[in-house]
Amino acid sequence: MTPIDRVNASLRRRYARERRFRRFGLGAVILGLSFVSMLFISIAGKGYGAFQQTFIELEVEFSEALLDPDGGRDRGILSRADYDGLVKAALRERFPEVTRRGDKRRLYRIASSGAGMQLRERVLADPGVIGTSARVWVSADDDIDMLFKGRIDRNLPEAERRVDDQTIAWVDRLREQGAIRTQFNRAFFTNGDSREPELAGIGGAIMGSLYTLMVTLALSFPIGVAAALYLEEFAPKNRWTDLIEVNINNLAAVPSIVFGLLGLAVFINFFGLPRSAPLVGGLVLTLMTLPTIIIASRAALKAVPPSIREAALGVGASKMQVVFHHVLPLAMPGMLTGTIIGMAQALGESAPLLMIGMVAFIVDIPGGPLDPSTVLPVQIFLWADSPERAFVERTSAAIMVLLGFLILMNLLAVILRKRLERRW
Amino acid sequence: MGGGNRFSLPQAVLAGESSARIERIAERREGTVGDISVAEPRMTCRNVDVYYADKHAIQDVSLDIGTNEVISMIGPSGCGKSTFLRCLNRMNDTIDICRVSGEILLDGVDIYDRSLDVVPLRARVGMVFQKPNPFPKSIYDNIAYGPRIHGLADGRAELDGIVEDSLRRAGLWDEVKDRMEQPGTGLSGGQQQRLCIARAIAVSPEVILMDEPCSALDPIATARIEELIDELRENYTIAIVTHSMQQAARVSQRTAYFHLGRLVEVGKTDDIFTNPRHKLTEDYITGRFG
Repeated sequence: MTPIDRVNASLRRRYARERRFRRFGLGAVILGLSFVSMLFISIAGKGYGAFQQTFIELEVEFSEALLDPDGGRDRGILSRADYDGLVKAALRERFPEVTRRGDKRRLYRIASSGAGMQLRERVLADPGVIGTSARVWVSADDDIDMLFKGRIDRNLPEAERRVDDQTIAWVDRLREQGAIRTQFNRAFFTNGDSREPELAGIGGAIMGSLYTLMVTLALSFPIGVAAALYLEEFAPKNRWTDLIEVNINNLAAVPSIVFGLLGLAVFINFFGLPRSAPLVGGLVLTLMTLPTIIIASRAALKAVPPSIREAALGVGASKMQVVFHHVLPLAMPGMLTGTIIGMAQALGESAPLLMIGMVAFIVDIPGGPLDPSTVLPVQIFLWADSPERAFVERTSAAIMVLLGFLILMNLLAVILRKRLERRW
Repeated sequence: MGGGNRFSLPQAVLAGESSARIERIAERREGTVGDISVAEPRMTCRNVDVYYADKHAIQDVSLDIGTNEVISMIGPSGCGKSTFLRCLNRMNDTIDICRVSGEILLDGVDIYDRSLDVVPLRARVGMVFQKPNPFPKSIYDNIAYGPRIHGLADGRAELDGIVEDSLRRAGLWDEVKDRMEQPGTGLSGGQQQRLCIARAIAVSPEVILMDEPCSALDPIATARIEELIDELRENYTIAIVTHSMQQAARVSQRTAYFHLGRLVEVGKTDDIFTNPRHKLTEDYITGRFG
């Protein structure tokens, strides 16, 4: 056998191995993609409905006798008036045949318990409507919402259904009259949390996440970059810096709940910062993202070619000038990428925030980093725990919003890297 | 200093050493052949030793670098010529494990003195590296960087003057004058290297160290750089490390031959290449090894 025969003989095996490897790789990619698409399809399928909300039209008579018996148009009196009574009266008017007490009570439940608030906002915005009557679209109850969107199976026996036959009949009547419809659910993005699914929104959680991330970014980026710069460029290479490096790498692997406990012990119990506040959340997430940012920044600094440093040293730049004029600008894209990825991690983090009380039920939208609030992932956790059918929809919708933000941030990281990347 | 007789052979013979051992001692202790000193030295190096951790990279090298001369350093790979060159502007400081002992004077001042600041030293002893390494900035900023950090120019007009002058001296002005704002990294290899030379000139150094400046360039670009070195000799002292003996012969007045961390022979370039006195030098330049 000549050498070339041996080569040819081994060739088939080599190619077979290569094909096998490629098939494994392709299989892995397909498996991963199918899981991701399953996740997306399931979430989008469940959640898209939450962006539409069912409203019913009522002919409301803003009776002066009920709202403002004195006629003084005093805001205090107007805001305390019985708007639920207006809703009830309007419903009675639409279905005059309902007379029995029990039936009436069921009828009132068609409209959301927040419908009165919606009328109140309208009156407070324009007291001129008092004494007139107007057609107003108010939120339907979450069960009606589900029924109208077809999420409740009418063929089930009445006892197993959330909505009884009588209510279905009323809804069908409304549908015939064109007095029920779905429209874009603006409240989902502007409202805070609520016990009533049709009133619950992610506005509070988004603001909470925003404040938390702002605190995190403001602290972790400068601290992380400074730490990386010092360790990489200025610190002597000795046992201590080795120890620090090992510890930073370890910190990156510490379970996030531990950071939450640390935050609880240090920031809340020792320093007495307020519970449930984005400030504390941001501090905890800073601890958590710092290792990510430091490691990414150090890698970016290491990737700056030594020839650039030598060039700058060669013309007489001091250490500081070399670092700030040449190394740092070249490492910045990598640092920014690492920071954005760290921020994306922080945005998706829930466990440590549970420990510092950001899991509380908070209706108000936070106005600053010291107000109690929750964040998007924790809001998802809270809703996922709720039994109402309509919260399932909202959970998925909130996940979609969160995923949207995450994809946006990661995209930004990729674009930044591509745009700022410099060749040398 | 400089002669090969700090340890005289006869003593060893008298002490009853075997001839093989004497030869080994001779090889180890032998100093530099040729005259290491010059009449008007710009830099004076005496008994320089360099260690990388435990590795003794430069052993007892003494050499003068004359004012306005081009001295080339040749030798096989790993012989320490680049290490020696980097001692001359303390570029080795950046390597943690590197230790330098001995005496290196620039105009009579010890550059390894504790009180000496390396920043002005490197402004006086510029360096051009093996691989062209322009900053990833505009051509203008590449040249202007040194003068800016040292505060050499008052105002934009003076800085423009320095930039133009440096580029002219580096023979690059005509090629780049219309695209000063374009990145220096976009130039060809030879142009980049001339840009680096212009950058070194811009801070008005006294000595320019060149570490194999043409090894990454084609013959035409190399010829251009060699011409440039010849022109620069009028105003600057140049020490150049090169792998090309032809280049050493073409550009330098004196040549130093390094071998395994020692300076074996130094002398006028013509003498070294036509009439080498040391066996190792002869073997190297005739191509028997290296």
